[in-house]
Amino acid sequence: MSALQNILIFAGAAFVVIACGLFWRSERWQRARARFQGDRVGIISLLIVVFYGLVGLMDSVQLSAHGKEMSMIEYMFRNTPNERGYSAPYADTTYAVNRPEPLKGRHWFGTDVLGRDVLVQTLRACRTALIIGGLTSFIYIPLGTIFGIAAGYYKRWVDDVIQYVYSTLACVPGILLLIAIIMVLENVNIPLWNGDTIQIPRLVQMSLALGITSWVGLCRLIRGDTLRQVERPYVEAARALGQSNWNIITRHILPNVMHLVLINFVLGFSGLVMSEAILSYIGIGAPVGTASWGTMIDSARMELAREPAVWWNFTAAAGALFFLVLSLNLLGDSLRRAFDPRASGK
Amino acid sequence: MFNYFLRRLLYAVPVVFGVMLLTFVLFFMVQSPRMMAKRNLGPKATPQAVENWLHNRGYDKPLFFNTSPGKSWYDSLFFNHMRSLIMFDLGDSDSTGERVSTKFKKGAVPSLLITVPAFVLGLYLSLVTSLFLAFVRKSKLDVGGVIACVVLMSVPIMVYVIVGQWLIAVQLSWLPAFGFTPSGLTTAKFLMLPVLVYVCAGLGGDVRLFRAIFLEEVHQDYVRTAQAKGASHGRVLFVHVLKNGMIALITLVVASLPFLIMGSLVIENFFGIPGLGSLTLDATRTSDFAVMRASVYLGSLLYLFGLLLTDLCYASVDPRIRFK
Repeated sequence: MSALQNILIFAGAAFVVIACGLFWRSERWQRARARFQGDRVGIISLLIVVFYGLVGLMDSVQLSAHGKEMSMIEYMFRNTPNERGYSAPYADTTYAVNRPEPLKGRHWFGTDVLGRDVLVQTLRACRTALIIGGLTSFIYIPLGTIFGIAAGYYKRWVDDVIQYVYSTLACVPGILLLIAIIMVLENVNIPLWNGDTIQIPRLVQMSLALGITSWVGLCRLIRGDTLRQVERPYVEAARALGQSNWNIITRHILPNVMHLVLINFVLGFSGLVMSEAILSYIGIGAPVGTASWGTMIDSARMELAREPAVWWNFTAAAGALFFLVLSLNLLGDSLRRAFDPRASGK
Repeated sequence: MFNYFLRRLLYAVPVVFGVMLLTFVLFFMVQSPRMMAKRNLGPKATPQAVENWLHNRGYDKPLFFNTSPGKSWYDSLFFNHMRSLIMFDLGDSDSTGERVSTKFKKGAVPSLLITVPAFVLGLYLSLVTSLFLAFVRKSKLDVGGVIACVVLMSVPIMVYVIVGQWLIAVQLSWLPAFGFTPSGLTTAKFLMLPVLVYVCAGLGGDVRLFRAIFLEEVHQDYVRTAQAKGASHGRVLFVHVLKNGMIALITLVVASLPFLIMGSLVIENFFGIPGLGSLTLDATRTSDFAVMRASVYLGSLLYLFGLLLTDLCYASVDPRIRFK
């Protein structure tokens, strides 16, 4: 199981690197890269995002150590003991008004209601957020790109059908559609080849729902840009040279709209991370036992009402979520500036 | 104008049909009605109870065509579902048995009480701020303002809610933290904090968007003309640019109007306000598929209504649109 998981993770990471590498040498991307290198905010936020990615990756890679399987994060924190309940950051006794008990170890960010180290929980929640963001992107980016280009390139009835589908989806308020889809998917059992049925895992349910709701924006964007590209002389030249539709789409149009996909991916990712937290917060998100910033923030409702308030759980989760979303937003803006300095350089 | 309106209205018909189809696929085809019954009655329900539940709601009929003898072919789930949506017969709630339409009527007022003041206040604040940022564009103040917007946008809404409640209600005890009573001034007290939180949560994104729209206008030719004839900086911005920017703004603003009825899920849920947002969230907790179905359908209708309004406003502000 762990070997398979490790292979999947590296395959996913490799896919992303290859996908970026494919476009790396096109002229537009080279110019953008040169501009991006002069953008200090962009580089710093890229570094922060990469750091979050590494933390998520480390929690995904399973090792076997001391006779059991654990992720790298668990391995790094294997000496951090579990306490009996709340304790404040770097305290030496548990958080109790009447009879504080001595702790077994020190916890930089304190411990939560079950005595788990908050720092470890915060780091592990990174993986949940990245899985949701990554899986959803795997669903919605191909959908949005393929349909967007198809609609913009073939026009006529293809365009009509695709526009009809997405305008129907777009007119259902996003959060309602999300909740409805998750509520229904909870009840769906998938039959397996050996006659058993399994439920769709919760994180996959969430990704499916988010994927269905988020491809619309990308599709609309790509369709609009493809419509513009098709009018350009280079497409006409390719047609005159007798290139097939497939070649024109993959060799000529796709590279020219790919930067929009990248920008949409980065900005969309911040939205997905936020959605994961909101869904977990309203109770239809990450399953029990999976660390999630949303669930941590949810539990803060009760914790902040205590006297004195238990603030560290909330602060750690909200802070981690905030910095990831902020740096993704800033990175997205920097990328947009790098690719299209005219539009945002005013 | 009337022709234009009629044309837009006709465009909406297939989309409404699409939404009806979507709710059918989602709630009857992706999951079977039997699963719905089991979720509602709990895992220990007897087969007889499940059958009764299905029969009472008419869910034991075939999916598309009724082929059993003595019944009309259209007496099926699909046609009944479509008919009830067209007739706005939203059925009874699965969890309480109350009419869904009564539930929605009850929830609309508290939702509107929060979202309308928040919308007006938010719109005013973001307009003023974004115009100001456009006024001082390219200065350090502008850069700082944009950074502040991104920071405000990146804070999750739950954090606004929790910090707002903890700081203003618990620590400073200026306002009550939780609850709702539908009576005069006390209501206002309960509403102030949710409204404040709502405004803060939306401010960053709105200001940034509006600023971008105004900056787009600032570079138009008519601005140069106005400046050349000696209009002051402020007058150009607040009279010429604001008026023209409003054309683009109307699309955004009017389309968001119908959502005011739906309220904000997170905020209503957290502050214990019995609006439509809370209703929807409760529906997920009690597996109330009837309410969920109705809110998806009504939400979409509201959105389409908003689009229609936008088109109308657009056409009345900019008459060229009508002839496209």
